[in-house]
Amino acid sequence: MTDIASTSDSLLSAGGSHARADRIFRLGALASGLVVLIILGLIVVSTSIDAWPAFSELGTDYFFGTTWSPSEGLFGILPLVFGTIVVSAIATVLAVPVSVGIALFVTEVSTKRVGSAVNLTVDLLAAVPSVVFGLWGFYQLVPVFQPVLNSIAGLVSGIPVLRSIFGQSSGVGFMTAGTVLALMITPIVTSVSREVFMTVPHNDRLGALALGATRWEMITGVVLPHSSAGLTGAVLLGLGRAMGETVAVALLIGASPHISANLFGRGEAMPSQIFRSLSEASGTFRASLFGLGVCLFFITVLINMVARRVVAVADRRLKGA
Amino acid sequence: MSETSKVAPHSLEGAEIATRRRIKNSMATLAMACAFLMAATPLLLMSLTVVVKGIGVVVSADWWSQPIPGDVGRVDLAGNTTMCDLGFGDPATCAGQGGITTTVKGMQPAIVGTLLTVVGASMLAVPLGVMGAVYLNEYGKSGRIARTVRFMTEVMVGVPSVVMGVFIYSIWVVKFGTAGKSAFAASLALACLMLPIIVRSTEEMLRLVPDSLREASAALGTRTWLTTIKVVVPAAIAGIVSGCLLAVARAAGETAPVVFTIGFVTTTNWSFSGQNTTLSAQIYSQLQNGGNVATQLAWGSAVTLVLIVLVLTLSARFVTRRFALG
Amino acid sequence: MAQNLVGASETNQTGATNAGAETPDQPFGGLQPSRLIPGFGETPDTAVSPLADIPGLLVDEPAPDNPTVFEVGALNVFYGEFRAVRDVTMSVREREITSFIGPSGCGKSTVLRCFNRMNDLVAGARVEGKLEYFGVDLYSERVNPVEVRRRIGMVFQKPNPFPKSIFDNVAYGPKIAGTKKKSDLEDIVERSLRQAALWDEVKDRLNSSALGMSGGQQQRLCIARAMAVDPEVILMDEPCSALDPIATARIEDLMRQLKDDYTILIVTHNMQQAARVSDATAFFSTEESAAGDRRSGVLVEFDRTDKIFSVPSDERTENYITGRFG
Repeated sequence: MTDIASTSDSLLSAGGSHARADRIFRLGALASGLVVLIILGLIVVSTSIDAWPAFSELGTDYFFGTTWSPSEGLFGILPLVFGTIVVSAIATVLAVPVSVGIALFVTEVSTKRVGSAVNLTVDLLAAVPSVVFGLWGFYQLVPVFQPVLNSIAGLVSGIPVLRSIFGQSSGVGFMTAGTVLALMITPIVTSVSREVFMTVPHNDRLGALALGATRWEMITGVVLPHSSAGLTGAVLLGLGRAMGETVAVALLIGASPHISANLFGRGEAMPSQIFRSLSEASGTFRASLFGLGVCLFFITVLINMVARRVVAVADRRLKGA
Repeated sequence: MSETSKVAPHSLEGAEIATRRRIKNSMATLAMACAFLMAATPLLLMSLTVVVKGIGVVVSADWWSQPIPGDVGRVDLAGNTTMCDLGFGDPATCAGQGGITTTVKGMQPAIVGTLLTVVGASMLAVPLGVMGAVYLNEYGKSGRIARTVRFMTEVMVGVPSVVMGVFIYSIWVVKFGTAGKSAFAASLALACLMLPIIVRSTEEMLRLVPDSLREASAALGTRTWLTTIKVVVPAAIAGIVSGCLLAVARAAGETAPVVFTIGFVTTTNWSFSGQNTTLSAQIYSQLQNGGNVATQLAWGSAVTLVLIVLVLTLSARFVTRRFALG
Repeated sequence: MAQNLVGASETNQTGATNAGAETPDQPFGGLQPSRLIPGFGETPDTAVSPLADIPGLLVDEPAPDNPTVFEVGALNVFYGEFRAVRDVTMSVREREITSFIGPSGCGKSTVLRCFNRMNDLVAGARVEGKLEYFGVDLYSERVNPVEVRRRIGMVFQKPNPFPKSIFDNVAYGPKIAGTKKKSDLEDIVERSLRQAALWDEVKDRLNSSALGMSGGQQQRLCIARAMAVDPEVILMDEPCSALDPIATARIEDLMRQLKDDYTILIVTHNMQQAARVSDATAFFSTEESAAGDRRSGVLVEFDRTDKIFSVPSDERTENYITGRFG
């Protein structure tokens, strides 16, 4: 039973409790969104403070030292950086062709049914916990890899450069860890590549096929050129993921921090070293490990930012075209 | 037809090229299928191994109800003569000696710890993540704050889980000492890990809700917050739940952030405070212990963990299919 | 009281449109004094109609004498810098159907969305000029757009039922507005569905999903949903464009019935529809904007429907009506 007078009145009302609820809800949502920024900020501040003793006391010895030997009080992180780069490079080199192949298979070749089965498999691979990869690699893969890697080493033992790159293996080491890591990053590289390929306009594909191109010629002529930027992003995302993977690498890399050309030999990576030692470490050792965390954070954040930018720019260009 | 046969040499040449191209095409297709096999075969082998090696201990009721045999590691290092009693050594030899070849193999503490940490992390990350996504999609949209948060969320997804562990170790364990190590601390670390995943997947799902529903609700004199609670979120709930389940699955399998922050126990601790353990932490530490019992404990934990993760992952898929929008 | 209202209205029906014929069987007139004139509901026993005191209403206006609901003067709508519609002037009368016609892109929907401030939801949209609702400036700082939308309901081009049950769709608005009692809600739902001529079709499946209905039923459900919050005006944005001819005919019948109680503004692509159902018609057209790159809308002519369709005063209107343009 409202009349016009009250109509005008209530039109003019500020909205009472509902308006307040809306404001509170909005603020709550905003605060939740800002938590992401706060956590990222806290990560930087808190770990940097804990790492500061290492940065300030060791200085260049920390960042450019080539020996990481906590028992001798030597904390040069280069061997660990080297290990991280080598392992993730091996993983990326192995994973990218496989992932791109799977993504092409799903988007260009397979039927929808087969495609969704493939996607399910890849999703399941992504779901397997890192430590299970490590466990499996440690007990099943290492015994198989040791003779295989050593026979390869035997084959190239007469060739100068290859001899030092593919040396003797004790089963664990860069190559073993890198191979398992490749499996672990395959899902993410596959799914990003798949999304990239799906943005290729369907008409361009039809155009190539109508000119008499085979499917492979269509892929190399249309799909891949269209996707180069997106694929770069996918590779970078995979690389970022590989650099941060911890447990599986810790179990398979051999825990021997040194710089060596032997890809089959033992090594150590940054996350593995943190994982192994942080709980028991103290003093400069602990600060050095926090420092590793800070470095790892900035390296992966940088790679991810670049990757996202590359993907976003590629996406915009495709949509704009 | 006779016209065509006259140009036979030319078309023969064409056919040759076509054959080469066709072979190339088939090889490429084959290579793509092989790529899939290269990923699928290890997955299959790994699943088989895990199940075969671990299922034995998991099917016994003790696995789910008994504490973890705590001294396997110490015995192993000591290498003393009671190995058969504790399940070490060659089973045949031990059987001959009349020793016990299988001890009680319980993993209840780790199962409980896994549940606790994951539930704790979800209670922190799900509300924050969903609300954050609501801000991005319903309020902030393409404003500067929203764009920054969105980009940083993407970046945070890529931050390694070990860094989250280091972070919580730094703000929690360093401050409170060993007493700070608890299921709650592990929950904090896992929540940091889950948060960006949930924000991202939830925002994606909210974006799928057609604007016409928001308009319909607004045209009835509803404010944004009520529209969000009553219309937008319910319409997207399947996708949101599915995204959260995937984040939970990811968190349940994490090891690195948990190991620093949770400590170690061999008896069940139902509390968020006090040291605890999880399945993933057990896999790692039992593997370090070595020996028959420890190895079996590790494989059993792996089966249990994979089972939990698999159930979460598959139910996420089920939820999406069953309650898909519209 | 109802009698008084009816009587009062009748004494003022100087002209002989259909108003007199409708009043006797007007079912809700007595319940909706607000649909009459300012101050009337407060003084139901006054013998003298307050209408007599309002200048300009009873003077020699030919046909319509219903009070003015909306007074629009020199209304401009901008999207950012772009002026989408310019210089709209019209007055919309109570319990009439006013239709907006014109070629696509002429801004008729944009103008319609000004009447319940739905354009507020579009980032960068801005409205200038006069838009008064019963003498209250709708775009005044002090006006609450949420309340405006509750009083001025809207039905959209594409049926947009919420993915909820039929009952919950209709009960949504009243619930938001604070009606909690189940029996009250049931009454409102039944009344609204009856008004929308949908009750008999759905009374046995009120709890089934609204998404399972046909397009025409969904659109009538959306009308019922709009009416459930007891609005004073209903805006319809091409409500039949997604429907088949039979469903369209039902909606048109419904509009004629609703006219007894509601003021209706309808945007339509279909000139016949405008001619069939509306009392007044506004013809919009497009013109090159100053920059010349984008077309902006302009109100060409606003008049009684029969006049627009028989003796339009503007050449552009005539061209459009006769099919020479658009």
